[in-house]
Amino acid sequence: MDQGESRIKIIRDKCTGCAICVKACPFNALSMKDKKAVIDYDKCTICGGCQEACRFNAIEIKRVAGTRNEIDFSSYKDVWVFCEQKKGIIQTVSYELLGEGKKLAEKLNSRLCAVLLGNEVRDKVDVLYARGAEVVYMADTPKLKHYQDEPYTNVLVKLINEFKPEIVLCGATTIGRSLISRVAVRINAGLTADCTGLDIDNEKKLLLQTRPAFGGNIMATIITPEHRPQMATVRHKVMKEAKVDGSLKGSLVERHYEDDVFISRTRLLDIVEEIEETVNLAEADIIVSGGRGVGGPENFDLIRNLAKVLNGAVGASRSAVDADWIPYSHQVGQTGKTVCPKIYIACGISGQIQHLIGMQSSKIIIAVNKDPDAPIFKIATYGIVGDLFQVVPALTKKFQEVLKR
Amino acid sequence: MNIIVCIKQVPNTTEVRINPETNTLIRDGVESVINPFDTYAIEEGVRLKEKFGGKVTVVSMGPPQAETALREAISLGCDEAILLTDRRFAGSDTWATSYTLSQAIRKINAFDVVICGKQASDGDTAQVGPGISTHLDIPQVTYVKKIERIDGNIAKVERLMEEGYEIIEIGFPCLLTVVKEINEPRLPSLRGKMKAKKAQIKKWNADDVACNIRGIGLDGSPTRVVKIFTPPARESGRILEGEIPEVCDRLVDYVKDEVI
Repeated sequence: MDQGESRIKIIRDKCTGCAICVKACPFNALSMKDKKAVIDYDKCTICGGCQEACRFNAIEIKRVAGTRNEIDFSSYKDVWVFCEQKKGIIQTVSYELLGEGKKLAEKLNSRLCAVLLGNEVRDKVDVLYARGAEVVYMADTPKLKHYQDEPYTNVLVKLINEFKPEIVLCGATTIGRSLISRVAVRINAGLTADCTGLDIDNEKKLLLQTRPAFGGNIMATIITPEHRPQMATVRHKVMKEAKVDGSLKGSLVERHYEDDVFISRTRLLDIVEEIEETVNLAEADIIVSGGRGVGGPENFDLIRNLAKVLNGAVGASRSAVDADWIPYSHQVGQTGKTVCPKIYIACGISGQIQHLIGMQSSKIIIAVNKDPDAPIFKIATYGIVGDLFQVVPALTKKFQEVLKR
Repeated sequence: MNIIVCIKQVPNTTEVRINPETNTLIRDGVESVINPFDTYAIEEGVRLKEKFGGKVTVVSMGPPQAETALREAISLGCDEAILLTDRRFAGSDTWATSYTLSQAIRKINAFDVVICGKQASDGDTAQVGPGISTHLDIPQVTYVKKIERIDGNIAKVERLMEEGYEIIEIGFPCLLTVVKEINEPRLPSLRGKMKAKKAQIKKWNADDVACNIRGIGLDGSPTRVVKIFTPPARESGRILEGEIPEVCDRLVDYVKDEVI
């Protein structure tokens, strides 16, 4: 295929051969030939990174305007937060989204609204008002008692189609990621996963969605210019929770639907809670993790004790999980969970890139390791070079004294 | 049982290095591999075939060089491989990608279960699996950690949740996305490698899978990247030196405000 058939091309007359675009390309798709930039079309994903970097407008990306949606943008208003509940308990990420959603709503001069789906969740409506929701859209029925993909998708799609929000936010949880991906396809909306930053472009009034890619080594800002609503999931602990103000009031919009809306082709038979996880890793403010240096399953009690004193959760590196010292649900890292606690304490973890990917956005990282050259120390806020069998009990004791636990 | 496994070729992150001066990814010479999560999808598909008979078709969308990933999938026990490759697919976001893959699955037609990894290691969105099932209008279970059993057209599976797991029944045809815990992928056998070498990889373009041209590539993608940048490097902190009790005292002092 020649250049003319592709959506991206270099305007050779304008290209000065400065090679800035070559560096800007995250996919290695640009190179210099005869002092002009050339595109390797097999590598190019048309991400636009080069176009933004080019100072000479020498890169053109052709888009067909008004693609599939002929929609009236002015009919889409308000910022919605899908408030996930489990057993009637609102998940904290929803409060974080209400906090962030409020800022976006103010910038857009629109309202912050919450969506609450479940069974006997009526008493949570006031809680959502107190967290800043001006309107709560609710469907309250035994048929929504537990999360199931299809009924939840159907109800959310119906609400969005009826009330037309401009923005829909949802936690990047197991449920959130499954639900919102289905909703986005059903309503032909754009969806950006796992955002760590949200803002409004003042001029175009578009949602600016910033997210990490390649394990956090690159950040990308993404927009949804021609589709509504603009949808995003956000990770735990990235945004600040909305403050509680009991004096705030809002209005409730309740909907009841026909039985066919709740049809599910999956059947939830049982929910098994694993007792060891007293604290959910994704929601934990403090995580204490053990790696190969812990040496065996019995020694994980050291890690557990410290976590307990700190009211934290227990994490693990892949090597500890692969050795069967602790279940996979504790694994932090590329093939495990991505976490972002206030404090992450890595004990006996060397810091392979796959592990760092899962925890490097933690606010404070504390590393305990025997090896002074362990890569974990490169990203640690505080490092202690020493034997974890001495350091961890000493730390536990000290925290116990200070916290009086 | 007819099984379709969707895979993606990604850069091998174990080899990704950061240039400390520019703080950008060094991708020169970085090998491409099957997305680690998809290796569990392949293994589970092959195990289902071994238990219930039938065949495993592996599908990937990507540039011509993604053929390598498909050959590897064949060496691991998949029977047929299809590469969706077309310049017009370039620039696809998760909406367009899941649409394109679903069109290919429609063309394959006879299937009982589609298996995907829970997410890809380069994009980390976890959106394409649920997107495919929605385009196909079939039920799904995401984050499957175990297929407990299959009776006729019904599977009983365990879905990994934040606090434990759910046990869910799902009828065929359906889509499952799987997590690492589900199995331990095998290594390719010698016979598998021979088979992979000789295998015909089918190549389909947008017309072959009857894509609506408005739904693919750049034009079919509601989202658009407007800026790419490298995050500020995390400053490496300090090593606390001294006797252990004293070091612990200092550390607790530094962080206690965050703990209380």
